[in-house]
Amino acid sequence: MKFLCVQCDEPMLWAETQGPVEGSLSLFFVCPRCGHKIALLTNPGETQLVKALDVKIGSPPPPPSPMKLLRSTLAQQHPLSPPPTPSIELLWTEAAQKRLERLPPFAREMVRQGVERYAQEKGYREITPQVIDEAKGELGSLFSFHKTPFPPE
Amino acid sequence: MPKRYQDIAGDGGSHILRQIGEQVARLAQRMSDIRHKVAILSGKGGVGKSALTVNLAYLLSQQGYNLGIVDADLSGPSIPKMLGIREQPLFLSQQGVVPAKAISNIQVVSLDFFLPREETPANWDGPVQNAFVWKGTLEAGVLREFLSDISWGELDFLFLDLPPGTALLPTIAQLLPDLGGAVIVTIPSQVSHFVVKKSITLSRELNIPIIGLVENMAGYSCPHCGSTEPLFGTPQGNEIATQLGVPYLGQVPFDPRLSSLADAGRPFALQHSHSPTGKALTAVAKSIASFFQEDLR
Repeated sequence: MKFLCVQCDEPMLWAETQGPVEGSLSLFFVCPRCGHKIALLTNPGETQLVKALDVKIGSPPPPPSPMKLLRSTLAQQHPLSPPPTPSIELLWTEAAQKRLERLPPFAREMVRQGVERYAQEKGYREITPQVIDEAKGELGSLFSFHKTPFPPE
Repeated sequence: MPKRYQDIAGDGGSHILRQIGEQVARLAQRMSDIRHKVAILSGKGGVGKSALTVNLAYLLSQQGYNLGIVDADLSGPSIPKMLGIREQPLFLSQQGVVPAKAISNIQVVSLDFFLPREETPANWDGPVQNAFVWKGTLEAGVLREFLSDISWGELDFLFLDLPPGTALLPTIAQLLPDLGGAVIVTIPSQVSHFVVKKSITLSRELNIPIIGLVENMAGYSCPHCGSTEPLFGTPQGNEIATQLGVPYLGQVPFDPRLSSLADAGRPFALQHSHSPTGKALTAVAKSIASFFQEDLR
């Protein structure tokens, strides 16, 4: 949408955005030649349409934020989790590593990630067969992908 | 004659066009590491599209391909349930939102990960009385974010599991101008064929390459004796495909274990790839790979 000052045959330029107030945006445009001003006033549906486009009219938009539109409009939602703490390096004991390697190859990476996620949440620094068993109790479905039961120690 | 829209350069200082351009560029950048984007669509609902998506992704992953799935059905997201990963948290990294990981490292994004409870529907904040004005645009924006804001990394295939019908297809075609192809799913039912023809026609109008037609639930495969009997009448997918000039990827018989395993969060092909249904699914997966001139590894 663009605005034309008919008197000057000159495109009008965005000057200011106010709102939304009670669901309405006021977008002010001015003719750079004669100074004539107009305002575009949106109803709540039109305001939401602008929001749905995920744009900010006029002033430079803030840097893009991942999933900003979804996170700002989904009425009931699970927030994104904080990233796993990178500083905690988890050590797999040899016994735990052997148990992991006895899984079918297609399941290993997923189980490894699930166990590590569980261990980080619990604050463990070392993954032992006992930690694996604990994770299995908490994350049961994750461990049901393997065709054979999770190998005992 | 006063100036018209196209006579005026720029966007009058609103910066809207620039911001839309930046969104498009971010999306293209993210998608550039994904070799083949494939839409899985149907006409009617309930034809087993999502179950097919999950199993085809699993079968291709077993051939060494890196797979991702976009659960594009915002109203009825089911892919995480079918892969047993509903509890996985999504988190932010420097590269974007890290997708959930399923079996064989299949990466998944779905609105289901954001909904707090099973019974929570996808409701959007906004004036309900004007929802017809903005809801479609907002949902298209969310799908754009599923593509551009997820740190997919390098993938061989990205499957988009579309909701029933054709409403979303133009949006997908616009978001992904290099969409590699569409797999269209039907069942042996005249009602399903009646509607799926519209999906094929629209795909053609949008210049989306058609990988082929799959006729799902084409017979009942007995899990005990392996025999296949008619379920919905005589499969006619081959005739429909020939009539419409699209490749026929085959019939997939219904095996009740597929449904129970989907409920349990496991791909049917994980445990029953040698069953009649498993073999049919494998044939469809091979056809998809062949379409892109990929040899099954």
